Amino acid sequence: MRTLAIIVLFGLVMAVLPVFGPTDFTLSFLTLMLLFAYLGQGWNILGGYGGQFSFGNTVFFGAGLYATVIVQVQFGLGPWLGLAAAILAGALVGLFIGWVSFRYGLRGSYFALVTLAFAEVFRIVANSVAITGAGAGLQVPLDPSPANLQFVGRESFYWIILALTVASLLLVWQMERSRFGAYLIAIRDDEDAARALGVDIFRTKLKAIVLVGALTGLGGAFYAQMFLYVDPHIAFGVAVSVEVLLVSIVGGMGTIFGPLLGAAALHLISEVARETMGNTPGLNLALYGALLVVMVTFLPKGLFGLATVSAGRLFKFRRS
Amino acid sequence: MLDPILLWSGLINGLLQGSIYALVALGLTLIYGVLHIINFAHGSLLMLAMYGVFLLFTNFGIDPYAALPILVIGMFALGYGLQRVLIGRASHGRDENILLVTLGISIVIENLALFFFQGDTRTIDVPYAFDSIEIAGVFVAIPRLIAFGAALLIAALLWLMIQRSDVGRAIRAVAKEKQGARLVGINVDHIYAVSYGIGIACLGAAACLLMPTYLVYPTVGHAFVLIAFTVVVLGGMGSFPGALLGGLLIGLCESFGGLFLGESFGQIGIFLVFIAVLLFRPSGLLGARV
Repeated sequence: MRTLAIIVLFGLVMAVLPVFGPTDFTLSFLTLMLLFAYLGQGWNILGGYGGQFSFGNTVFFGAGLYATVIVQVQFGLGPWLGLAAAILAGALVGLFIGWVSFRYGLRGSYFALVTLAFAEVFRIVANSVAITGAGAGLQVPLDPSPANLQFVGRESFYWIILALTVASLLLVWQMERSRFGAYLIAIRDDEDAARALGVDIFRTKLKAIVLVGALTGLGGAFYAQMFLYVDPHIAFGVAVSVEVLLVSIVGGMGTIFGPLLGAAALHLISEVARETMGNTPGLNLALYGALLVVMVTFLPKGLFGLATVSAGRLFKFRRS
Repeated sequence: MLDPILLWSGLINGLLQGSIYALVALGLTLIYGVLHIINFAHGSLLMLAMYGVFLLFTNFGIDPYAALPILVIGMFALGYGLQRVLIGRASHGRDENILLVTLGISIVIENLALFFFQGDTRTIDVPYAFDSIEIAGVFVAIPRLIAFGAALLIAALLWLMIQRSDVGRAIRAVAKEKQGARLVGINVDHIYAVSYGIGIACLGAAACLLMPTYLVYPTVGHAFVLIAFTVVVLGGMGSFPGALLGGLLIGLCESFGGLFLGESFGQIGIFLVFIAVLLFRPSGLLGARV
């Protein structure tokens, strides 16, 4: 119940924020932060709760992104159909990759490898075929109106991604308490023991990856509507894959608030880095990589783990 | 389209290219066979070695082939240090952590390269870059022929070392049974680092053989790393002969794919092989241990 209260409180506080007239910069900053908190939650479901580390979550993101844009540009259909196509595309890609890899019980490094390879396959395909606009990418014509899911002010996108993030928090909160969540955690902790207890490993993992695919695909659709542009590098490059796993690991894998905490920390750090070191290409990601190494080495439980541990210590200290 | 001379040249080119893939994959498969981890930093370390060759050539005029011993020793030391100081320490006994740490290392290396060298492609100008000889009607660049011979030689030497030397025996012992090896007095952490170092040293050699005919840019590793993964999966994780065979096969696959489907789609052929292997034979063609 306390978790629910925190989620609701977070949602309410963040929702009224635009009323106080933040700058455009602040709103963009928060919007991107929330987007990665949301996408990171997708990684967290499979990686944090299920123990299946994907190094290529951008395939789902990119599939949703391309689906939204292609439906609008190549088929001339509305963004609402694009939205549905994005969720479907993400889920289908998830189903396919999951089916291919989990059927043979590929796990650990193997699974990471497969997801990475699929991201690369998709990037090459997107780079070479006509329907995706090849290397030049595709642009959605600008026509702002709520019916087109294009908005003039930044507030609308902010509220939408906030709603998505809160929904993802609620989803994971529910998942933690469900049978499905318990299966997933059991698989993470000891796959053989879980199988011995009668957990259907294949089905559970498959369900999880389809869910992640659909969620992340929807995130791609959001990105498409906000930037109205897609190219192979944005959709299937390494940046999104790395950042979604990073926010979960920095914040704390397998915890509800981990990705949110991680996204906040990461975006603050990278903003500070940009202020102090200037906008040089590469440095930002190099910092992320170093952070990944440091977190895994010294704080494998993430910031959330650190927070709970120190809170626990404080509490014990007071009692004694 | 089925001009025999085209097929013949496709075959030669494929085998030449494949030998380099095999060399890169040998390092990867050795690291997998002993440490049971996939080294995600493989591609970026290759890129680093290629910049090493480039810098040695432009700053000191050292020929890429003369730089081979320097690069091999330097990359071995780097690999040994990385495993000893960073990767081994971060693992906390969990494979997933190693996975993430090598990913982190690769991101750092790649983006520092981007920072220092920008995205430009760089090449070195050696006088013999365009020398070629004719083999049964096909002109073959001599540097690529040298690379082919050297790659096979290095693979053979490595194989001998693993099979015959004391270090090789220790490596095989650790690969098979870590606890047992520790019990008979093998320093497991040292052997881990040596194996990682040898795997990375292969990249140093590959970089020297590549640079006379290739170009280097910060993300050049991407092109190789996925191919190397494919080679290793195709040949069988941890299998030495498998990596060699897989490398040559993938070279052929790329060469013929490019011939029939065009350059960028030729790459797809490789990944189709990758997916097909995963679907039908996940243990690879020769799924044996080191």
